[in-house]
Amino acid sequence: MPVLAPLPVVVPLLIAALLSGGGAIVPRRLADSVAIGTAVFATGVCAALLVQASLSPAPLVYWFGNWPPRGGVAIGIAFVIDPLGAGLATLVAGLTSAALVFTWRYFDAVGTLFHALLLVFLAAMIGFCLSGDLFNLFVFFELMGAVAYALTGYKIEETGPLQGALNFAVLNSAGAFLALTGTAMIYGRTGALNLAQIGRALEARPFDALVVLSFVLISTGFLVKGALVPFHFWLADAHAVAPTPVCVLFSGVMVELGVYGTARVYWTVFDGALGPHAASVRGVLLGIGVLTAVLGGLMCWLQRHLKRLLAFSTVSHAGVFLIGVSLLNPTGLAGSAIYILGHGLVKGALFMGAGVLLHRFSTVDELELHGRGAKLPFAWVIWGADGLGLVGLPPFGTAIGKALIESAADSTWVMAVLLLSSVLTGGAVLRVFGRVFLGWGDAAPRQPGGGRESTGAEEPESHAPPGRTPWVMTVPPLVLLGLALATGLLPALVSHSLGAAVEFHNHAGYLAAVLGGQAPAPAAPTVRTSLADAAGSGIIATLLALALALVSLRGGGSLQRVAAWLQPPQQVLHRLHSGYVGDYVIWLVLGTAAFAALLSGTIFLLPA
Amino acid sequence: MSWLPYLVAAWLLLVGLYGIATSRNMIHLVVCLSVVQSSTYVLLLCVGYRAGAGAPVFSDVPPGTPSVDPIVQALTLTDIVVGATVTALLLAIAVQVHKRTGSLDPRRTRPMQG
Amino acid sequence: MNDRLRTAVFLVGAAALGLLLAWGFSGLAPFGNYPGPYGDVLVQIAPNERQIQNVVTAINFDYRGFDTLGEEFILFASVAGALVLLREGIEEEDRPHTEGLPDRHLPPRSEAVRAWGLALLVTIFVFGVYMVLHGQLSPGGGFQGGVILATVPLHLFLSGGYRVFRPLTPEALIEVAEAAGAGAYVVVGLGGMLAGIAFLQNVLPLGETGSLVSGGTIMVINVAVGLEVSAGFVLLLSAFLRQLLRLRRSGHAA
Repeated sequence: MPVLAPLPVVVPLLIAALLSGGGAIVPRRLADSVAIGTAVFATGVCAALLVQASLSPAPLVYWFGNWPPRGGVAIGIAFVIDPLGAGLATLVAGLTSAALVFTWRYFDAVGTLFHALLLVFLAAMIGFCLSGDLFNLFVFFELMGAVAYALTGYKIEETGPLQGALNFAVLNSAGAFLALTGTAMIYGRTGALNLAQIGRALEARPFDALVVLSFVLISTGFLVKGALVPFHFWLADAHAVAPTPVCVLFSGVMVELGVYGTARVYWTVFDGALGPHAASVRGVLLGIGVLTAVLGGLMCWLQRHLKRLLAFSTVSHAGVFLIGVSLLNPTGLAGSAIYILGHGLVKGALFMGAGVLLHRFSTVDELELHGRGAKLPFAWVIWGADGLGLVGLPPFGTAIGKALIESAADSTWVMAVLLLSSVLTGGAVLRVFGRVFLGWGDAAPRQPGGGRESTGAEEPESHAPPGRTPWVMTVPPLVLLGLALATGLLPALVSHSLGAAVEFHNHAGYLAAVLGGQAPAPAAPTVRTSLADAAGSGIIATLLALALALVSLRGGGSLQRVAAWLQPPQQVLHRLHSGYVGDYVIWLVLGTAAFAALLSGTIFLLPA
Repeated sequence: MSWLPYLVAAWLLLVGLYGIATSRNMIHLVVCLSVVQSSTYVLLLCVGYRAGAGAPVFSDVPPGTPSVDPIVQALTLTDIVVGATVTALLLAIAVQVHKRTGSLDPRRTRPMQG
Repeated sequence: MNDRLRTAVFLVGAAALGLLLAWGFSGLAPFGNYPGPYGDVLVQIAPNERQIQNVVTAINFDYRGFDTLGEEFILFASVAGALVLLREGIEEEDRPHTEGLPDRHLPPRSEAVRAWGLALLVTIFVFGVYMVLHGQLSPGGGFQGGVILATVPLHLFLSGGYRVFRPLTPEALIEVAEAAGAGAYVVVGLGGMLAGIAFLQNVLPLGETGSLVSGGTIMVINVAVGLEVSAGFVLLLSAFLRQLLRLRRSGHAA
């Protein structure tokens, strides 16, 4: 058994309890150091688990309380550690360490509670990555949520954060309860909560509507967290108002966990039963991913509030992650994994860059910041280089990930969707770079009815003097940027990710590892892409994004006419994102019903 | 009549979601969310029920007498704690919003549009 | 979207979802026919292996103890989160907390309320402690008993008013108690790791079925959870009561 497995979860929890209990007597710097130290420790242990899992042919299994299965029935809770889960956990811990460095000496309105909450958040996310039990996944999901709702509403002096936290909390909780309904249904059928055991039990008899419905409900809960359309409305509201280090974690890893959860549950529980109908699952999930990628990209382009812009770009990228996963082959999954890694680092750095701008100028409105960023050299690098990273310029990890997904899809219109998403989101960031740092474009709103959009004036987040940017705010994003470049340059990245993806897809192997038994080792797939392909598509996307940003900033008269013609659909999109939680719940119900109807329809009415 | 408990669970889920979708008052919204949650309690406990069996506590009956499923009861216990805590957080948000704006209508105060 | 359109759209979606849910539920076993192996296996092995009578407690604190650790920290995080959300804003000064608006005369509490409050206080306290300690013997346990214990300060407030409640619930001490309860659970688990092989392994002597000291670490975790839950809920109560009084002072409708 991997002895270290529970440590990255329980040590942060213990330190969080100690920090909160000793909050009155612990000096601020000690609390900061202890928190950063704990996050770094968790990163190290997760990395060790990653190495251990990569070296082992089967997933590592750790039974809590020393309760291995009895007579084929799993009676305890297990952590099942495979390279993808451990890799995601390492990314989580690394980003949390960077975010904690960013909060050094600031965010002291609540003493040590901020650090305690961030450590609990870290523990919950790592637990979610490593867990092998369906209800345990739900518990960590809710633990993540509880901390996230509170941290989103941190700035209580304005009503925006409070309302954003309310929308976030209601929608995510409703999604979690739908997932729990699905869990209860599948428990009623199989009498098991361990993922492997449910998978084995479902293989034993032919599936029916209950299995399909419970897959839909559980996936919906995770897809709400993953901000896929039409469950994505909460993300922009929450991101726009949450403190910067919290946004780094939300966009960098929390949303990705939603996609990971769906993939994990599908491949361990439902693959055996729904395997013959994989085409239906693939089609519906691919549709959701495509819709999200396109809508997220469009909404991202239309924003002037920087954090909201970055939030919608996360929505679009979440769609791309789901596309990679939904292709149901290891190459696509490996592509999504590498893309998540590259995206997390780049997006984290971008949010920190927005935090730097907020700190210096007390606003994150793109138009108000026109030209003011010119005197911040580090912010130049962060926004410019990360903009290119977001588009997918090689050698950033995002480029390789996208290339793998495209090769797995092997279809021109998926490639077109990926291109559109990169161009819109990367172009938006590059447009921001041009406007804020180069002083191009207009400073005043051009579109009539521009008042309906959110402006970006905000209260400062921390009590540091605004005249200079402290190094704790510039070094972490630069480090993240460096890591994003470095991981893209790693020669063994693609082969290791492919191996990890193959192990993730190995349903029989997972069952055998957890419940005992033997399973044949699957063959590794051949990759039909090369580094040259990755370079090609990445460079095309970058050029298009640069062109788009340039045209929008320097367009002039012809642009006015195009913009006026595009006004009505733009207004419709803006009005759909109304900020009212009742609307979001209506979309949740409609989306769940549509998902269930489409999936059951294609499975039961079409021939296999 | 054996489907009635499951129908109750489905009804609670949908009625709670209806309440949230059409709510005009944040306290009402929070309570509707807890109604949605109670649908999960009902479903969990119904799934584990065994007709004619007793509670899984063997203080006055010897171990081995038929009992209902203890797992769902443990799950429901966890679920209740989760629900109470989310409710507490949401009510804290409602209190602060009322203090700032004087209103509890979720439609009048919105984080952002667009 | 106006209201009627919104409601109509919702009803269409909810009807579709309801039908699909009913179709899915039809695959479940009829009510009263629990089929699965998990619960039956545990009911058979738990009383002997853990020397306790309440199988639900054994599941909560031993077999699926890791879930309960997560749940305890959900409570911990929510209390911390509520304290973050209900903290004093920058514009609120720290004035002494009093009850009642300056121009309103609050009727004094009746003697009956005071007397009953005091009498119930002791009873509820004892009952709460009883519930916590007997978790492994009868329905009850740390969570249930902890919530009952948390109502003791509430009775203080109801019978004595905020002036009695405040000094008897020192926040610093209760925060330490809550952190201690949460931390103790993790420490017990780590103890299992140090002594045996796995986290949360039950390593203490198991005692005799039916006596108060039985179940090994289950008993210790039970008490830790009871402490944490009661302290957490008292903190929540304090934070909300403080808000109520601020609202009254500033003149908003309470």
